[in-house]
Amino acid sequence: MNIAVSPALASPSSALKRPLVRIVIVGHVDHGKSTLIGRLLYETGSLPDGKFETLKAIAARRGMPFEWSFLLDALQTERDQGITLDTSQIRFRTAARDFVLIDAPGHAEFLRNMITGAAQADAALLIVDAAEGVRDQTRRHGYLLHLLGVRQIAVVINKMDRVGFEEARFRDIESEISTHLVNLGLTPVAVVPVSARDGDGVAQASEALAWYRGPTVVETLDGFSPARADDELALRLPVQAVYKFDDRRIIAGRIETGRIAVGDEIVVAPAGRTARVKSIESWPEPVAGQGPCEASAGQSIGITLDSEIFVARGDIVSTAAVRPKAAQRLRARVFWLNEAPITPGAGLNVRIGTAEARGTVAAIENAVDPGQLSATEARSVAQNHVGEIEIALTRPLAADPYAINARTGRLVLDLNGRISGGGLVLSLDVDERPRAVQSVPVHSAVTAQERAARHEHGGAVVWLTGAEGADMAKLARAAERRLFDRGGAPMVLDRAALQAGLNADLGDTPPERSEALRRIAHVAAHLAENGFIAIVAAGPASTAERARMREDSGKSFYEVHVAAARETADRDGPSPAPDLRIDTGRHDIETDSLQIEHLLETAGVLGTERQGGEFAI
Amino acid sequence: MDRLGDLEAQSIFIFREAFARLKRLALLWSLGKDSNVMIWLARKAFFGRLPFPVLHVDTGKKFPEMYAFRERYAGEWNLDLLVEPCPPIEAVDATLPPAARSAARKTEGLKLALAKYGFDGLFAGIRRDEEATRAKERVFSPRGIEGGWDVRDQPPEFWDHFNASPPQGAHLRVHPILHWTEADIWAYTRRESIPIIPLYLACNGRRYRSLGDADITFPVASQATTIDEIIEELDATKIPERSGRAMDHEAEDAFERLRVSGYL
Repeated sequence: MNIAVSPALASPSSALKRPLVRIVIVGHVDHGKSTLIGRLLYETGSLPDGKFETLKAIAARRGMPFEWSFLLDALQTERDQGITLDTSQIRFRTAARDFVLIDAPGHAEFLRNMITGAAQADAALLIVDAAEGVRDQTRRHGYLLHLLGVRQIAVVINKMDRVGFEEARFRDIESEISTHLVNLGLTPVAVVPVSARDGDGVAQASEALAWYRGPTVVETLDGFSPARADDELALRLPVQAVYKFDDRRIIAGRIETGRIAVGDEIVVAPAGRTARVKSIESWPEPVAGQGPCEASAGQSIGITLDSEIFVARGDIVSTAAVRPKAAQRLRARVFWLNEAPITPGAGLNVRIGTAEARGTVAAIENAVDPGQLSATEARSVAQNHVGEIEIALTRPLAADPYAINARTGRLVLDLNGRISGGGLVLSLDVDERPRAVQSVPVHSAVTAQERAARHEHGGAVVWLTGAEGADMAKLARAAERRLFDRGGAPMVLDRAALQAGLNADLGDTPPERSEALRRIAHVAAHLAENGFIAIVAAGPASTAERARMREDSGKSFYEVHVAAARETADRDGPSPAPDLRIDTGRHDIETDSLQIEHLLETAGVLGTERQGGEFAI
Repeated sequence: MDRLGDLEAQSIFIFREAFARLKRLALLWSLGKDSNVMIWLARKAFFGRLPFPVLHVDTGKKFPEMYAFRERYAGEWNLDLLVEPCPPIEAVDATLPPAARSAARKTEGLKLALAKYGFDGLFAGIRRDEEATRAKERVFSPRGIEGGWDVRDQPPEFWDHFNASPPQGAHLRVHPILHWTEADIWAYTRRESIPIIPLYLACNGRRYRSLGDADITFPVASQATTIDEIIEELDATKIPERSGRAMDHEAEDAFERLRVSGYL
């Protein structure tokens, strides 16, 4: 019963030699997408036997005129409502190509289905009704093609019969849509006038369109090619998993771009560890010594390395020469699909390749409805709108800017496990650690005035810079005691203590120290916003770090430079302009802590004479 | 890479994504050509072994050749085989047409297996080109608690990012060969020398294009006695693949109703 088939005997099948091109047909609702598809299938003889007759019979039974779109609108619900719900896929072929036609619904509420279809496409036809012209969904779909990375695009101007096959009308629309697309960086390969219902311009040139010299729809389709994984770009192999089914430790993933060969030195981002490729594994097991020795973009492979470096899902294997960036903050242009808009401070999951990390929307730079010509807003990104946003991540992710590598430069956003948006990585902030989130409103049942009235002070951050050591910690505690004894609400944030918990994942490299400071600054700023006086004993900080802490904490930030001659100075030397300098060797600790209290009094944060609510808060 | 290489790489990627993101997986093995290709691809993805069981939801009415195939290759391929018998016809929605009602036993059997084993992901070997409602499927397709499919509320799939968080008590259908065609399946079966059930090859001018329960599956006229000839035949035919599956054709929406309630 086992039918053994030798590949050597296989006769080449013409069907499988033709290139396969995935086409998405998009455009405004009712502009004729499904009709064009039905017509294309009919014209190219691609309909299954009996399908046309069956559908004609169904239409007759329901007392409706036959529509070409019935072919795709195969679901009961669709026929009842007269709109296409989801992305259907239908195969058809011309002499030169095999096509998968992806029908995408034009209705705004089904954009997630249009995206699902278009994200898989090699090329797109954007259809425009000659009578109605360019509509909001036409523009929106054009924008999405750009965002989804579909580069081959042609425009079909349908229903030319409704405008008397008039050239002037065609030229007007051609000019409008071409301008829109070119502004998005998309150049249509053709703009084709047709009447899909009657077949003019679909497979054959039409007498009625004698003024048109360009290709038919079928000829245009024949000019499209499969979008190939690019093996000329630098190697990017996102790790899907590390398998240890036997004594091999196999790193599995799909090569997104580039090539890899046994013996290559590779780097694993974001950690940056290096090793050499020992083998490329395959199944069925090859004859000894004859396993694959190289692989290229598009292949799903498994490799083993010559040394046991730590590798995990989400890492990207690259060559040492051209590595992806590892960033904890990125700017992205994203399309948002959820009903609730994205706002600054919103938490979401960011997925790039096989990696994911929790992220916070740190800033929204702009937001537009891609269906409208202008109309911008900047505080949130609404459903079906596009925004340029900054995202702060809880851990670094390896990625590339979209312009460098489209495959590792795109991301999706998920909320509670459901994909809710996606887009392009515009830039990665590599040197700078994330700053505090842009003006997140503090939702609290207690107002700042109420807190100030109780504590008799406003909120503040007192940041001790300079030598880290026993003196600084002691001074911080002395100031805390002093403020507490007068009825206040001080709190010490000691870096050494926080290292055990909040910053336990961070080591002692400069970027990790910088990240530790960022987190502490964030906690301190939060305490200050809620009326506490946060006293931070965090040790040395660079000028840039100090400037950023001050910026993050707002107006109630006070830097106290603690000098101690025999200990390490700040990396960039003493702070150029602290709010207070304390030399710990000169006076006793009580006097030193009193200076901090005076500083806060002078600044208006503290004041025994003041009434509640009048403190600097 | 050639076309089959592209298809294979994509399917392997899907298998590995599902294995990384879901906890309790099984592969639905119908014994047919598609699920055999699926098993082959899974072995490629995981370097020879299947790190999850295969589940045969057994109506008890398959062709004898199919049971023989199951017994032989469960052993040869070292599969962790689970067999779930289907409940009797009386347990199934009596408003369905007869053949669809018979096929719906499989849906009920599947529900029993889901309850018994608590799978959160099931690999299913459906393809978009088989049938119009399958064309609407996602690669990772969420199912309700009852196993139902809500075609109106499918989440988006951007590029190769899938939704892999089924709600508590529900499961995902994962479709690793959704993007393949019937001809692709045969060309790959030939290239990889994957064993098949001989019912697919013509005998006395008839062969089965699609295999299901013996009493509701019918052969088509064919002279194709080799896989090469099947591929040639498919290149020329315009007859739908599932034309020999009675439950698809009893009523305009019979198959869609089966699918909405959880059929493959």
